[in-house]
Amino acid sequence: MYEGAIQDLIDELGRLPGVGPKSAQRIAFHILSAEQADVTRLATALRRVKEQVRFCRICFNVAEADECRICRDARRTDEVLCVVEEPKDVVAIERTGEFRGRYHVLGGAINPLEGVGPDNLRIRELMTRLSGGAVKELILATDPNTEGEATATYLALLVKPMGIAVTRLASGLPVGGDLEYADEITLGRAFEGRRALDV
Amino acid sequence: MSRAYPRKLYRDDALVLRCQKLGEADRIVTLFTRRHGRVRAVGKGVRRTTSRFGARLEPFGHIDVQIAEGRSLHVVSQVEGISLYGRRIGSDYARYTAASAIVETAERLTPEEQEPALRLYLLTLGAVRALGDDDDRSPPLILDSYLLRAMALSGWAPALTECAVCGQVPESLLDGVGPQQTAFSVPAGGVVCVNCRPPGAAAPSTATMSLLTALAAGDWKTAGASDGPARRQASGLVAALLQWHLERGLRSLPLVDRR
Repeated sequence: MYEGAIQDLIDELGRLPGVGPKSAQRIAFHILSAEQADVTRLATALRRVKEQVRFCRICFNVAEADECRICRDARRTDEVLCVVEEPKDVVAIERTGEFRGRYHVLGGAINPLEGVGPDNLRIRELMTRLSGGAVKELILATDPNTEGEATATYLALLVKPMGIAVTRLASGLPVGGDLEYADEITLGRAFEGRRALDV
Repeated sequence: MSRAYPRKLYRDDALVLRCQKLGEADRIVTLFTRRHGRVRAVGKGVRRTTSRFGARLEPFGHIDVQIAEGRSLHVVSQVEGISLYGRRIGSDYARYTAASAIVETAERLTPEEQEPALRLYLLTLGAVRALGDDDDRSPPLILDSYLLRAMALSGWAPALTECAVCGQVPESLLDGVGPQQTAFSVPAGGVVCVNCRPPGAAAPSTATMSLLTALAAGDWKTAGASDGPARRQASGLVAALLQWHLERGLRSLPLVDRR
């Protein structure tokens, strides 16, 4: 146990996800020995993230204004809406450069074991957006796990009566992998989702 | 000189109850095993798309697993799928919510890790299999039947045919239905006769009592023929009984899709 400020810092760092007591101590002593300018920059970044970052009022992605960069972009189409669980999923899809529509961030997936039901997610807000009539296709890009599949099923059932096309991201083999190493579920899904070759 | 911790490996078949994220790409998986009871183990790197067995550690999967014992948490070293019900269950919201309540109950009824509970394991596996196969039984009925039978295995079988207090058959349950309506008291542990009826006891219909008896006995013909009001009343009583015995409600039970 240390005294005063250094122990306070170790305690605070130790509350962060994935940071154990040893790591917290290592980071605290790194900060102690770092240049004053580096530490000030870190402190400013921490303060700014709480003061300036909020959720976009339209899609609930993280933003520094009322609306996020993607919702403000007039070049993107309003006809395709991609539903994701978390803001980090938006970043992952944006990295592909394949999608030019809008997003809706649910804030998680339906997980009864954790007490997360449809009312705890931004599903009501999604339905309000869809009722505007501009969206022609809804892409369900929730995680390809049991919770994500159940959430996608729930949303598809809700949206079906609205006459909007509902699609789900394909599951299958990772690029660059060997077929023999694929597990039977992934390989099975890749077979289900096979497509004709345009040659 | 440090010595490596001697890791004991064991193999068992198991039902995946729950997964929780751990660190960058790992998961803590709660397994209900046939011979070792409830076990929590780390699946290393299973959230990565390149993981060789991540898909087999999804909830509701019946798996053949090899586990290395660790100091605090065990580590999953190999997994083979026996029957992976997660996909079928995840693609049907009512099945998903019912299966979630079943696995949460199994977890709550096995408070000690590594305490074998073979009968509860087989019951839980059977209920998840019924939801994961293309079984036409109603998911909420499968859930309520599971809850009644799981409570019975834990020593909390509700009295459904005789008074929970004095043991006599209440007049209302005799052939021809007596003048009094059946009374059901959760604190007393089931049906109560007119003499033992405590204040605040519920008054379920005859159809509800028939349904509860059928669900406890696995009489699916009678259970399947029940109507909506009886199902709603029966599920309310089962939930109240479970909460009474567990002392804390299940998180997943209010989210069960009973439409």
